[in-house]
Amino acid sequence: MQEPDIGTCALTARGWISAGLVGAAVVAAGLYVTRPVPLAANTLDGLTGDATAGAIVFAASGCASCHLAPGVDSGPAPALPGGRKFASPFGTFVAPNISQDTEAGIGGWTDVQIASAVLRGVGAGGEHLYPAFPYTSYGKADLQDVVNLIAYLRTLPADPTPSQPHELAFPFNVRASLGGWKLLFDRSDWVVTGDLTDQQQRGRYLVEALGHCAECHTPRNALGGLDRDRWLSGAPNPSGPGRIPNITSGNLTWSEGEIAEYLSSGFTPEFDTAGGSMAEVVKNTAQLTDADRAAIAAYLKIVPAVTNP
Amino acid sequence: MTILTRLIAPTFAVVCLAGGVAAQSADPAVDAAIKARHAHMDLLAYNLGTLGGMAQDKIPYDATLASAAAANLAALSHMDWTSYWVAGSEAGMAEGSRALPAIWTGMEDFHAKQMAMATAADAMAAAAGTDLDALKAAMGPLGGACGDCHKTYRQPNN
Ligand code: HEC
Ligand code: HEC
Ligand code: HEC
Repeated sequence: MQEPDIGTCALTARGWISAGLVGAAVVAAGLYVTRPVPLAANTLDGLTGDATAGAIVFAASGCASCHLAPGVDSGPAPALPGGRKFASPFGTFVAPNISQDTEAGIGGWTDVQIASAVLRGVGAGGEHLYPAFPYTSYGKADLQDVVNLIAYLRTLPADPTPSQPHELAFPFNVRASLGGWKLLFDRSDWVVTGDLTDQQQRGRYLVEALGHCAECHTPRNALGGLDRDRWLSGAPNPSGPGRIPNITSGNLTWSEGEIAEYLSSGFTPEFDTAGGSMAEVVKNTAQLTDADRAAIAAYLKIVPAVTNP
Repeated sequence: MTILTRLIAPTFAVVCLAGGVAAQSADPAVDAAIKARHAHMDLLAYNLGTLGGMAQDKIPYDATLASAAAANLAALSHMDWTSYWVAGSEAGMAEGSRALPAIWTGMEDFHAKQMAMATAADAMAAAAGTDLDALKAAMGPLGGACGDCHKTYRQPNN
């Protein structure tokens, strides 16, 4: 269990006043350092999107798992009206409409605006987006994959359902405070490094970037950032009791073939089936090629063993 | 602490994640029900394993063996499960239970999901003895029916 840091609350009244003066200056400087930085307008120049390839990026990234309507199963050409809710220690997030509707969705956004959201967590109005949208993982995606993804999103239907507001209390409802969080936790380097084969590198890309597997399988620190020292070692289940399993090489003893099979059919070696939020993930990984599922398995086998808790 | 941590620590550090409630049950009827449904699930998985082994080309296709496993699955799927879900046996309330409370508030849908499995198991029973291709084709819907219920009504392991 995380102990709350109460040190900052224990200041005396006089301490508060001087801290307040210094604080105001620091906050002003901080807000500048931590302002949202979208991609430059010419970032995507010269790249052409391929919607068919983008459908695979869409599946690998699991966009539908969050942006489909509640209770709706994924199918071809899904509408993405949002509305699913995600509980967190900071409040409840509601996934927004990202359909091609120009009013309710992102039909009116430019490609660079969509890419800035996915890669940088910056919205069309230049505001910080909440990391409940896993852009800290997507930030490592190849630009060509992002352009393909956007080409695919453009083929999906428009849905007029308005986005609903998040249910967050102060201070978490202040988007500006996210800048500091991003500086601390939005990192572009790989977690698993060293001499990787081409297949392991592909697997790393699929797991660490597109698949955002760590968002569920890695524990978080007190500020909600992923604990990279305990990468994929399991975490409390955000949507209720129980734990998301440890899938480091020390704990996941399945063979690479068995891992690939699980990501394809959901069957474990004992013929149990994936449940909970993983059932949704398997619907996505089932759409990948055999080679990509094998690459994910090869990568998981080299993730350093960590015992947690 | 760095300046940045100082900036955001007051904003974010006041969160204390709720600790888990210790799960324990003293009621033998609750423990028995949990044991019974685990046994039932394990029998499903065991028979599915025979079919899955053939579908994944790990063991040779054998029409007689496949038909027997599929018939068991169909029988197990149609059995009346009602008495397994006794009050107080939900995850968090009873040791070893992964049955989510949503089962008790959505019993009708839970039952519908069992019947969806029964339909898929009947289709497997009709296909398994025919040939390996027919068996493979029936495998996806059957596994999907298990997964559809586990997705909504089973919590991840402790
Ligand atoms: C784990 C759930 C989750 C996944 C997966 C996810 N999103 Fe989101 N997305 C969200 C949430 C929550 C928000 C709202 C963030 C906010 O308001 O700051 C969001 C916001 C967005 C926005 C900004 C919309 C707006 O109106 O500001 C876009 C664009 C977007 N997502 C696209 C995508 C794409 C494309 C993918 C797949 C590559 C994806 N999302 C995957 C949860 C998710
Ligand atoms: C109608 C819902 C439902 C269906 C359909 C279903 N299950 Fe389950 N299953 C559950 C629930 C709920 C649990 C958790 C029970 C508990 O822990 O008390 C469970 C647990 C299990 C377990 C773990 C048992 C243990 O000993 O802990 C296995 C294995 C399993 N199911 C296999 C299957 C297979 C294989 C199928 C399909 C042939 C299937 N289940 C279909 C609801 C279902
Ligand atoms: C939305 C949360 C979430 C995401 C994202 C996620 N997982 Fe999972 N994963 C789970 C849960 C929950 C389980 C437990 C499933 C169960 O209870 O049957 C699980 C189970 C697993 C297991 C089986 C472990 C075991 O011992 O039974 C593997 C392997 C796995 N996940 C791999 C992955 C990979 C690879 C990715 C990225 C492509 C991924 N997961 C993304 C939530 C998630």
